[in-house]
Amino acid sequence: MSTMIKMVRSLAAVAALATAAPALAAGDAPHIEREQWSFSGPFGFFDRGQLQRGFKVYREVCSSCHGLRQVAFRNLADDGGPSFTEDQAKQIASEYTVMDGPNEDGDMYERPAILADKFPSPFPNEQAARASNGGAYPPDFSLLAKARAGHRGFPWFVFDAFTQYQEQGPDYIYALLTSYPEEAPACMGDDFDGYYNPKFLGGSVTAEECAHEHLTGGPIGMAPPLSEEIVEYTDGTPMTVEQYAHDVAAFMMWAAEPHLEERKKIGFRVMVFLIFFAGLLYFTKKKLWRNVDH
Amino acid sequence: MAGHSNYVPQSAAAKWLESRLPVISLVRGSFVDFPTPKNLNYWWTFGGILFFVLIAQIITGIVLVMHYTPNTGLAFDSVEHIMRDVNFGWMLRYLHSNGASMFFIAVYIHIFRGLYYGSYKAPREISWILGVIIFLIMMGTAFMGYVLPWGQMSFWGATVITNLFSAIPLVGDAIRTWLWGGFAVDNPTLNRFFSLHYLLPFMIFGVVILHVWAFHTTGNNNPTGVQPKTKQDTIPFHPYYTVKDFFAIVVFMIAFAWFAFYVPNYMGHPDNYIEANPLVTPAHIVPEWYFLPFYAILRAIPDKLGGVAAMFGAIAILFVLPWLDTSKVRSGTYRPLFKQFFWIFALNAVALGYLGAMPAEGTYVLLARICTAYYFAHFLIILPMLGFFEKPRPVPTSISEAVLKSGSGKPAGAAAAPETK
Repeated sequence: MSTMIKMVRSLAAVAALATAAPALAAGDAPHIEREQWSFSGPFGFFDRGQLQRGFKVYREVCSSCHGLRQVAFRNLADDGGPSFTEDQAKQIASEYTVMDGPNEDGDMYERPAILADKFPSPFPNEQAARASNGGAYPPDFSLLAKARAGHRGFPWFVFDAFTQYQEQGPDYIYALLTSYPEEAPACMGDDFDGYYNPKFLGGSVTAEECAHEHLTGGPIGMAPPLSEEIVEYTDGTPMTVEQYAHDVAAFMMWAAEPHLEERKKIGFRVMVFLIFFAGLLYFTKKKLWRNVDH
Repeated sequence: MAGHSNYVPQSAAAKWLESRLPVISLVRGSFVDFPTPKNLNYWWTFGGILFFVLIAQIITGIVLVMHYTPNTGLAFDSVEHIMRDVNFGWMLRYLHSNGASMFFIAVYIHIFRGLYYGSYKAPREISWILGVIIFLIMMGTAFMGYVLPWGQMSFWGATVITNLFSAIPLVGDAIRTWLWGGFAVDNPTLNRFFSLHYLLPFMIFGVVILHVWAFHTTGNNNPTGVQPKTKQDTIPFHPYYTVKDFFAIVVFMIAFAWFAFYVPNYMGHPDNYIEANPLVTPAHIVPEWYFLPFYAILRAIPDKLGGVAAMFGAIAILFVLPWLDTSKVRSGTYRPLFKQFFWIFALNAVALGYLGAMPAEGTYVLLARICTAYYFAHFLIILPMLGFFEKPRPVPTSISEAVLKSGSGKPAGAAAAPETK
């Protein structure tokens, strides 16, 4: 019996060790700070002004390299989105050129985009994109806000289910855009002429001289895209890198999850109904069973 | 099943039908009049919950298929089309993808309930074995469903799992090529996975009917593990358990809705929002959370064939569980030592799940090996030996006796029940 108890205890110790293990191997994953977003939580919504500003940043800065191929111009006027008027969306569309065809003569031709068109991508294919960007591939923006997430680890990921933390993508995008250092770390050597970002999840520093520097992130193909006053805001919003990064990250969240507002609104009604209905069923069950010993 | 029916056809039409196809008395006997132990606790509601989730998955799945395109060049965009352009498509898809996780949450609770209360023991071995078969088909269905959106994890998960079959001696490579329908995971693979993903849920439905038939023949197990002896031990399934299960299903739906509407991507992997690219391997390929314990077992064994054998063995061992447990007492309630080992086993399973999500290096590998060894030791050493060494507590002679002892009896002078006929 006592050996049995000892065995139980030692196994419990193993289990405790297993849950404490992340400290052993987490490595130097970048820490991504949490930001405030209007669209987080059960009553989250998109700030229309922010989406419109974010779209402006995308259009004037990001779109020269990054596509938005899943989003159509008509979406710009959809409910729960940037809420441009239909005329504004038409106007925006007409400023883009898309390939259409073949026409009666069998030729492909270019024409101004209409609401039904999706955003044309800046490069015809991945190879062309890489050739123009020093071998790096600027990913399409349509789903990026759902396709990137910092490492959460135990026990935080457990709490995330209850606190409804689903903004890892925008948090990461903001962190990446605002964390470019003035210069790459010295240990990477003088012949390193690329860019370094301590929050970048897509690479790591391999230089041996950096082995003891505990550098997070790694070399990144994208030059720091934002600088103060690079995009003109006409509504008095500060034209800072932080503000641009916030706005474009929010816009990317909308692009990735255009029905987010509708989802949360319906979700709340579903919750209210289910909880009320469960309550009624509970009392029904209780009354039904009152004469049964069980 | 039908033998439990009190149904006497009244109308001429009912008499006509009943004498030709006694479907009304079959349903009445199985789900209305069926005598059910009156002491089933809420852990027993997960059977009904699972039935609800299966039907929900089939309905959302059928509608999703109307908008999905199983082609490597179109699949990813067709899922985005569902998410963006199809009316309430986002809801259908989030209900379906989270429904898979909810299905596994419910099935794991259901399995552990069976393990704790000895539902696998005689005379319910067939019910248990059919349950393990359902679990296996579920795993196949879920795995193939995860491939359909054709994201990075879809593609690389399919590559890792199908490659496992190449570990089989002599015919491994041929089997893998046969599964792929080519020499790599590609369009033929996606097409056959889609076809099977649509087929298997209906097979699950069929085996579920056998599963229910089997335990309706033996009668339900119950928390005491004592077979009902008199009419006082049972109550009709309807209205007592229909209402109780319905309440439990609605409570379960609250948790389901929480995930589907508020954190729909919590149980998914961000890489699956990147379209499949055979030229770019993700840093860590991880399966869906519900496969993680088995994934940990797979990687714990340093040999590829050994790992595959251990992973499938971890499920296969459940088939012979009824004969590995030597204890004469069915319910864990009366087994003081078994109870402790049950909870260690449960903790061990969670630890394996955690280790499956971690990279296979350093301390994690060692811990995964210890946990894997313990997983098998539980079935092969602990359960067979406990039957001989453990001194069970006295088992009640009947369900009614156990219920009265627990002191939850009806209040004195309770009103007559208007719903009794």
